[in-house]
Amino acid sequence: MADQARFTELSMEFMPALYSAALRMTRNAADAEDLVQETYLKAYRGFGGFTEGTNLKAWLYRILTNTYINSYRAAKRRPEIADVEDVEDLYLYRRLAPDGSADLGRSAEDEALDRFSDDVVKEAIESLPDAFRIAVLLADVEGFSYKEIAEITDVPIGTVMSRLHRGRRALQKALLSYAEARGLVASAPAHSAP
Amino acid sequence: MPRESQDHKAPECAPGSVSGIDCDEAVHQLYHYLDGELTEDRRREIARHLDACEPCAGAAGFESELRVVIANRCRDRVPDALLQRIADALHEEQRHSGTT
Repeated sequence: MADQARFTELSMEFMPALYSAALRMTRNAADAEDLVQETYLKAYRGFGGFTEGTNLKAWLYRILTNTYINSYRAAKRRPEIADVEDVEDLYLYRRLAPDGSADLGRSAEDEALDRFSDDVVKEAIESLPDAFRIAVLLADVEGFSYKEIAEITDVPIGTVMSRLHRGRRALQKALLSYAEARGLVASAPAHSAP
Repeated sequence: MPRESQDHKAPECAPGSVSGIDCDEAVHQLYHYLDGELTEDRRREIARHLDACEPCAGAAGFESELRVVIANRCRDRVPDALLQRIADALHEEQRHSGTT
């Protein structure tokens, strides 16, 4: 049984990560602030049921995600998973390698990736349907394991894996199209290696 | 991953020719590999394939760099006003519940 007075001490360090995730979920600052505040209040009230020493960050993300899905998602029309076409593996890699050479090389690779600015990456993530966006955020931004994501989002691990797989490929396509729209990247035709 | 001269062409690996698994399978397992979610045997198989197959190693390097870029681009600063608002709300909650 966790002591509520300890809550503030233990949980404040996660606020920047939770706030960033809330921004990607709600896509606007006012809703993100409300969502984070609501998350902290719910967590505080429920902290008695949290077992200290277990994963506090995952527990907070579970509250954040549930609150978002229950209270914020319905507010606006969202793209559905079914609206997202299936994208091939290595979508970006096959288009950013300049001459079809297999090895971009470390510096050419960094240079290509540097062109994906903060705005482009945020926009691209925010363009994904909820289920993909949340899975990709939890895995690639926050580094949660498949099992943790399954617990946070209340779905089987197999569903997490398929959402991640499709979501990451859809994200690559979105990254390229937002970067192209801003004139940051001119893509080469796809090559086949490997 | 050593930087080779541009004219070096890595051999196309035929199915089964490199460490038991082909490129399609290596690419298919790449996310699980980078996520650290494979069994130790499976992980070793993929690692061996990547060691032997330059195109797949290039792709793996790219995917792993891309992930770092995505994570780094998604950090937002918490507004001071929000920090204050939450601190106040928790304080208020604590006062009412009298659990201190």
